[in-house]
Amino acid sequence: MASDNGFEPKIVAFLCRWCSYAGADLAGTSRLKYPPNIIPIRVPCSGRVDPAWVLDAFARGADGVFIGGCHPGDCHYVAGNYKARRRVVLLKKLLPQLGIEPERLRLEWISATEGQRFAQVVTEFVAQLRALGPIGTEGAARHVG
Amino acid sequence: MSPREPRSHRFRFTKPRVGVFVCHCGHNIAGVVDVKRVVEELSRHPGVVYATDYEYMCSDPGQELLKRAVQDHRLNAVVVAACSPSMHEATFRRAAEEADLNPYLVECANIREHCSWVHDPGEEATSKAIRITKAVVEKAKGNLPLEPVEIPHGERCLVVGGGIAGIQAALDVAEAGYEVILVEKSPTIGGHMAQLSETFPTLDCSQCILTPKMVEVERHPKIRLLVNSEVEEISGFIGNYRVRIRRRPSYVDPDLCNLCGECEVVCPVRVPNEFDRGLSERGAIYIPFPQAVPSTYTLDEATCLGVRPLICGKCAEVCEPGAIDFDMQEEIIEEEVGAIVLATGYELYETAALPEYSPDDPDVLDPLQFERLLSATGPTRGEIRRPSDGKVPRSVVFIQCAGSRDPELHKPYCSAICCMYTAKHALLYKHAVPDGRAIVFYIDIRAPGKGYEEFVHRVMEEDRVLYIRGKVAKVFREGEKLIVWGVDTLSGRRVEVEADLVVLAMAVVPPAGMEKLARILRLSCLDENGFLKEAHPKLRPLETLAGGIFIAGAAQGPKDIPAAVTQGSGAAAKAIALLSAPVLTHSPEVAEVDGELCSGCKVCAPLCPYGAIEVGETAQVNELLCEGCGTCVAACPSGALSLRNLDDAQVEAMVEAALGELEHAEEAVEVRGG
Repeated sequence: MASDNGFEPKIVAFLCRWCSYAGADLAGTSRLKYPPNIIPIRVPCSGRVDPAWVLDAFARGADGVFIGGCHPGDCHYVAGNYKARRRVVLLKKLLPQLGIEPERLRLEWISATEGQRFAQVVTEFVAQLRALGPIGTEGAARHVG
Repeated sequence: MSPREPRSHRFRFTKPRVGVFVCHCGHNIAGVVDVKRVVEELSRHPGVVYATDYEYMCSDPGQELLKRAVQDHRLNAVVVAACSPSMHEATFRRAAEEADLNPYLVECANIREHCSWVHDPGEEATSKAIRITKAVVEKAKGNLPLEPVEIPHGERCLVVGGGIAGIQAALDVAEAGYEVILVEKSPTIGGHMAQLSETFPTLDCSQCILTPKMVEVERHPKIRLLVNSEVEEISGFIGNYRVRIRRRPSYVDPDLCNLCGECEVVCPVRVPNEFDRGLSERGAIYIPFPQAVPSTYTLDEATCLGVRPLICGKCAEVCEPGAIDFDMQEEIIEEEVGAIVLATGYELYETAALPEYSPDDPDVLDPLQFERLLSATGPTRGEIRRPSDGKVPRSVVFIQCAGSRDPELHKPYCSAICCMYTAKHALLYKHAVPDGRAIVFYIDIRAPGKGYEEFVHRVMEEDRVLYIRGKVAKVFREGEKLIVWGVDTLSGRRVEVEADLVVLAMAVVPPAGMEKLARILRLSCLDENGFLKEAHPKLRPLETLAGGIFIAGAAQGPKDIPAAVTQGSGAAAKAIALLSAPVLTHSPEVAEVDGELCSGCKVCAPLCPYGAIEVGETAQVNELLCEGCGTCVAACPSGALSLRNLDDAQVEAMVEAALGELEHAEEAVEVRGG
């Protein structure tokens, strides 16, 4: 499971309780396997995710941050997911200036019925981060300046 | 980034005493995760004073274990590391409450669905379970004891709109014993259903099934009917709405009017009758239709020669019972209600929007005009005669999707009822004129209701109505006849048909005044097509985003009669549930403002989909309206907003715990090895 150099990324996942947290539950109920690198934190809505949390997670050594929300139009709170999307777009512009590859932040829409998709997206994200290496290493330099 | 002291941190003065309970869930968790090690790690975590594991925490003995530990160890927070909180959070919160611990101090760490069920047994799964549990412990440490917000409420219901959906809602609420105020802007209730001839697919006479319900509304002791009235203002919140209703004078006392009709005979004014959609005329004083409720003539000030000052007054001269009162004044009625049902119905898209179909030709009709021609109470007493010359049409062309399903030029949506009423129109025409020719142009036939598909088939096969799949490009007059140019997409040929009468199945659109209603509700309550928007398209179809304001009927989107009635009853059930609750409760896990920090910048208010934030000097959150999504909190540039029991400091502590090194990992491995 580990990559060649043995690096295992640490990922914090903010999952909205109505869609993506429930989608992760369904992945469990369906006994789908995915790598254990992700620690989920339940939030009411992807719109609750403060951009500062994302920066804080990177500052504390997260190799990746995942935000899961409801599909566009399905937000339990009408439009919180759209606000999350706006914030993520801005964050992705900001991250390179801090020496962090924007790919380390991932926003996905996962519904409560998409257990399969949750497992697949997490698997992909882990593979991507393994290839990228630990945060703050060589990769970061490419994006600065 | 250093974690700052959470404002609401209740452990500033008292020490946290967290109890952690790790569930085996039989082999479901314990077969993958080393639960003993989770207990060991957590027992060393700051703030945890008690940690244990148990086979099934949700079982009665498991809950007993939790309750005993809360008391024996004076726990002031509990974390159960087990299944998803959607499974048993309520169970454990109730158990804690029985042990006198506030339920909001209990959290579930999901180490089954998010861990043991998706990972292979071993160290990785165990350390993930530890991280998940530690993170949730950090959240629990920051939680405040909360009480559900309790709201007293009114016991009356306002129903806006007196069509079939509003009638059904009003009757159901009134039957449950609650007072209803039914507001209708026109002089009678009944709505569009009163204009219809017969109803698909059973061909019941529409008025025959509707008018008994209208009379029931009028007679019901719990229903106060206000016609000629419109809602001007709504303020307040769930269970406690104040409404201002403007009632225009009808200048006729309904109790005195005996429906003799002499007034209309002498009235010098003749204007198109709205009820017959312009196919007949009425006086300025008139009754929309004979079974109108309230059963009274009404004077339309807009078309009368003049009331103030009185110009003509002939009607009053002939009124034997003296029912006409020119001094009647406009009234402003203010009421307090607990619940509101919006049943404002629909209108038809203007035929003028389709100039290629010659909408100004007298023999090109909209579907409600054709209903009036079919109706026994209509301008032709139910005989189908074309408006231009009164002849019986030998050939009628029906054009479906007139303005619907046309995202480029008109309305993008399907108007849902046109396939069915067009089939009915064609059938009723063929029954009235058996040797006449009926042609329907359609794009697709949508007949998903009970008995609908069978009905359309009957019309096609037994009544020999010709269905041509394709759109019509143009309708124009040539002498006596209308010429219809269309295309038959099944054969790929152009089609030219002569018709005596053309009926356009116009799109169903929201009624005028919906935007005003949205403004009154101070809510983004309209969808992209201008219909009322439901709180959730699947799970909350009868609710708006404003608590206690419900939706019924075509105001939400095109709907046939059974669906409108179903929604009327559904909205009534929602209203009754609210009105009958002893007290309303609301989750206390909502946003709050620190007035010291708030600069009054107003970034938050427009983000709130519930209109829960008002900004004066500083922002104020109405905790009864707030649903606790936290979008405003994430946007607050001053850090003045926080979400109760999920504030920034809690999340920062959770992130730290999730990412932190497991200090005792090696030692623990040794213990296990030994």
